[in-house]
Amino acid sequence: MVKKLMSCVREYKKASLLTPFFIMFEVILECIIPFITAKLVNELQGGCDLNVVVKYGLILLVMAMASLVCGAASGWYCAIASCGFAKNLRHDLFYKVQGFSFANIDKFSSSSLVTRLTTDVTNVQNAYMMIIRTAVRTPFMFIFALVMSIMMSPSLSVTYVFIIPVLAVGLILIMKTTMPIFNSVFKKYDALNESVQENVSGIRVVKAYVREDYEIEKFKTASNNLQKDFTKAEKILAFNSPLMQFCMYVLMMVISYFGANKIINSGGSDMLVGDLSSLLTYSMQVLMSLMMLSMVFVMVTMALESMRRIVEVLDDESTITNPENPLTSVADGSIDFENVSFAYSQKADKNVLENVNLHIKAGQTIGIIGGTGSSKTSLIQLIPRLYDVTDGEVRVGGADVRDYDLKTLRDEVSVVLQKNVLFSGTIKENIRWGDENATDEEIERVCKLAQADEFVQKFPDKYDTYIEQGGSNVSGGQKQRLCIARALLKKPKILILDDSTSAVDTKTDALIRKAFAEEIPDTTKIIIAQRIASVQEADKIVVLDGGKINAVGTHDELLKSNAIYQEVYYSQNKSSEEAG
Amino acid sequence: MPRPGQGRTNEKISFSLIGRVVKDVCQNYKGYVIIVAVCIVISAVASTVSSLFMNSLVSLIEDGLEIYGSDGKTAAVDYLKPELLKLMIYMAIFYVLGVAATTIYSRLMAIVTQGHLAKMRNRMFSSMEKLPIKYFDQNQYGDIMSHYTNDIDTLRQLISQTIPQLLTVALTIFVLFIEMIYLSVWMTLLVLVGVGVMALVIKNIGGKSADYFSRQQKALGKTEGFIEEIIEGQKVVKVFCHEKNAEKDFDKVNGQLYEDAKEANKYANILMPIMGNIGNIMYILAAFVGSVLIIVNVPNLSISGQAMSIAIVVPFLNMTKQFCQNISNISNQINAVAMAMAGSSRIYKLLDEEPEQDEGYVTLVNAKYDRNGELEECEERTNIWAWKHPHGDGTTTLTKVEGNVELENVDFGYVPEKIVLHDVSIYANPGQKVAFVGATGAGKTTITNLINRFYDIQDGKIRYDGINIEKIKKPDLRRSLGIVLQDTNLFTGTVMENIRYGNLSASDEECQAAARLANADDFIRRLPQGYETVLTGNGANLSQGQRQLISIARAAVADPPVMILDEATSSIDTRTEALVQRGMDGLMYGRTVFVIAHRLSTVQNSDVIMVLEQGVIIERGTHEQLIEQKGKYYQLYTGAFELE
Repeated sequence: MVKKLMSCVREYKKASLLTPFFIMFEVILECIIPFITAKLVNELQGGCDLNVVVKYGLILLVMAMASLVCGAASGWYCAIASCGFAKNLRHDLFYKVQGFSFANIDKFSSSSLVTRLTTDVTNVQNAYMMIIRTAVRTPFMFIFALVMSIMMSPSLSVTYVFIIPVLAVGLILIMKTTMPIFNSVFKKYDALNESVQENVSGIRVVKAYVREDYEIEKFKTASNNLQKDFTKAEKILAFNSPLMQFCMYVLMMVISYFGANKIINSGGSDMLVGDLSSLLTYSMQVLMSLMMLSMVFVMVTMALESMRRIVEVLDDESTITNPENPLTSVADGSIDFENVSFAYSQKADKNVLENVNLHIKAGQTIGIIGGTGSSKTSLIQLIPRLYDVTDGEVRVGGADVRDYDLKTLRDEVSVVLQKNVLFSGTIKENIRWGDENATDEEIERVCKLAQADEFVQKFPDKYDTYIEQGGSNVSGGQKQRLCIARALLKKPKILILDDSTSAVDTKTDALIRKAFAEEIPDTTKIIIAQRIASVQEADKIVVLDGGKINAVGTHDELLKSNAIYQEVYYSQNKSSEEAG
Repeated sequence: MPRPGQGRTNEKISFSLIGRVVKDVCQNYKGYVIIVAVCIVISAVASTVSSLFMNSLVSLIEDGLEIYGSDGKTAAVDYLKPELLKLMIYMAIFYVLGVAATTIYSRLMAIVTQGHLAKMRNRMFSSMEKLPIKYFDQNQYGDIMSHYTNDIDTLRQLISQTIPQLLTVALTIFVLFIEMIYLSVWMTLLVLVGVGVMALVIKNIGGKSADYFSRQQKALGKTEGFIEEIIEGQKVVKVFCHEKNAEKDFDKVNGQLYEDAKEANKYANILMPIMGNIGNIMYILAAFVGSVLIIVNVPNLSISGQAMSIAIVVPFLNMTKQFCQNISNISNQINAVAMAMAGSSRIYKLLDEEPEQDEGYVTLVNAKYDRNGELEECEERTNIWAWKHPHGDGTTTLTKVEGNVELENVDFGYVPEKIVLHDVSIYANPGQKVAFVGATGAGKTTITNLINRFYDIQDGKIRYDGINIEKIKKPDLRRSLGIVLQDTNLFTGTVMENIRYGNLSASDEECQAAARLANADDFIRRLPQGYETVLTGNGANLSQGQRQLISIARAAVADPPVMILDEATSSIDTRTEALVQRGMDGLMYGRTVFVIAHRLSTVQNSDVIMVLEQGVIIERGTHEQLIEQKGKYYQLYTGAFELE
């Protein structure tokens, strides 16, 4: 895991190494300063020679300045290293996701991927900053301060042997007991916020059913429950600072007592006041660094989960890859399903498509009808190889889709997805997704085909109208037509519309189909629809039911012979039939 | 409304706001707060007086050494032993007190902080639930949510860390200052100069860092927005082989974020070593100036009256360091205070919102017919409902709930300046199915918002079984109306719990019967745990159509006299819709139904169809009548006119 993450450091390796390098000098200087100060103070005590004082003063000043420079430099490089690391991490994740297949995306879910690229990256960035800076600094500090104390007075340093274990054991105990509580509490906290989310977005339901008090009670129970757990953990955590103080005070008293005795006993020859004072400074540094170390540990542990989630994405391999010697051209728009079975996951015990055989000639128009859950969408997603079949084979232009170069295949098989999305940007920019180099005339032509030109021309900025994120400033029907235009711009050999005109009125729907028949007769067109009217004139209509082909035929044939088709037809034309 | 993190330092530190926070905390934990404050004082004093002990200790050693020089070792040790022991006992007493105080206040703070946060959360949620729909329509979802996450978090920081730390720092600085003047005024002046330098550094570097942080926040928002948009639409990206372009655009925003984040962190990171080393330099200067003062023998100016000596300089050095440390602590807290201010002001803004008003007094009760055929109120469920109408003279009358809804010359606008409905009159007789047809924005949903009083009308009257709905208590009014909305909202919990939401007292059998009615039973049974399957994230594992079926079952189990279906079947395929419709028709027999639908096939069999255009009813009649009229409805039906 660590190795995978470290590979994202790349060009920021220098900064990542310079940070601890400078930190090291800063720590060394910080540890020598009290040593020299001791000398200075001892000098004062000994009788005062101004020259010596000035000498030590200047040395100290230079050291402080050097320490400042080193500290600032390490902070400076740390900023570059950690921000750069985060940049690379985001970059790698984003590129990885771009290479994902539909199956990969389904596995993680879009919202989880977004969290991994945002919150988790931030967590790991903070942890990285901690690691190259604080996690290097504190052990250094600990060791240097310890060494300096021993140099000043080995006998007094013996006290550390007693105090350090007390502090260390105390800190570990506190961490051990609180960490699991916090882990479970944070989950509860997320659940609580989720229930707030549900209430905010479902407030109309809450109010319509007069469930305000019920929800408040539910919330209070969860919230008070959370409070109990949090308080329990924080009360234990609260021992941190008194523990630290206790160790500090004990150390101070012991060093003061024995130090004073030592000075007097030796008549000032063994030790001087300056040494005593510096020794106290060192003891603080030792204890503080232990404390910091425990903090680093907690922070890094907390970031571990984020690291794991990031590496999970980085380690995932796309389930669909280009074949070794791919075909780079598609002969024609014919499609053949040969004994195709398909399941979204290998573990699923039921296939969503079962033994499908279907043959479509180039240039034909095919309608697909079927109820919710009849696997219409699954069927057509196999054609541009958005998923791979579980069994059997799908051929486009006579060749297995798995033999094509993915880009070639998907450029020739254009799908307007059911959940279609426009991106923030102008209408022109959105349509150009189909073909980057398309001229304005070409864009206008496809928009006319998709019956979008008319309303686009009514916008004040026409094709330069800015589409807000998620296409919130155009209506559902307009969005669908723009998405169709975008797909048309590819000039595909096969065009698939997955329920793409559901929000378009019947008349416009008919106009679009008419335009297709007249303007792009050679393109194979597959239309999934709820409305019979949308598929009525197709060369062939496929009735899907429960993942199997129930019937294939023309409108008239199916109306005569197919029960499902009849039912759908009459449910949509009820009154006219009954009245008539 | 400022988004979290952006309003950073713009918020002025307002004392009335701090007062309100403190007052609220004290309200529940007055005793605790007093103990905490006392303990903080003891703890801060204990940690600062150690410098004074140093002063005594050094004097003691100096004296001891002098005795050593004149009277020999034994005399010196004899002198030192009792004195040192006395000093140690004093120290021990102070330190024990200090540690005890710290323990007490840390633990109490945990209780106070978490208790207060829970209280604030509960208060926020309670007042939020009582707010009118208008609030939710006018405020962005993310902004409301951030009250519970970011704002509460800043409050936690403020109470548990910032306030106690500032108190400690202020006390420490105060005590240190007194101690310093006690020892030497000259050297105190030196320290004050250093503090001035530090303030300058904070102002410059800290200010720069704050600027860059707000830029970083903006770049972060932009990058995360981009990531969200592309990944949410990742399937479209794949279909169009647009990956390379997405990567190129991403590199641009990601690069900008790197630049801004780098600058922001650079300044923040160098601030600490600079402050720390100013502390070091002050320490050195103090040592230097101290020794010069001793050598030159300048007369000392101090409260203690001690002459300048090493016994003053040594403890002074430590004090200098402590003083500087505390100043840089303040610099760390300034940002936290500003953020907490912004957070708490947003929390109080939510708490101060005006709750939904309800002046109704007519209530909904169960009723039965007594022997004389008169309505009589009763406790048990009878499937007969009545409006209980108390009158001024103390009498009450019962009116049977029939589902007779009338709108009379209603005007309405979400904002007073922009009228959405104009002079709308509707008569729905009990048992009728009334449909609304019209383009988006024609005011269809608005009408249903008015009937259940999510919004109040500006002019005209709405009567329900002859009673002005303003006289009916809102909860009772809403209980009599079942609503199925286009955007289905399910709650975390089992399918059964979600259906039971419509009627908390419904038995499992009743819930299942309702599901059968909505044609949902079949797919629910096929879920892994059937009715006990837990739904999360608004039923993320179900299709939109399945969610709608559950929400219809939820309405069915409530069994209300009047039902409003707002695009309730828009995501269900027409075949299933026909089945649901049949079930619903059975359920709604003899009750009033309002239907809003996009598909004309859904509304065809309605008793009355109203065609709305820009808030005005332009046509009214049955399907056949409207087809006859050859007006707008006819155009819609034949596809000559577009709804969207």
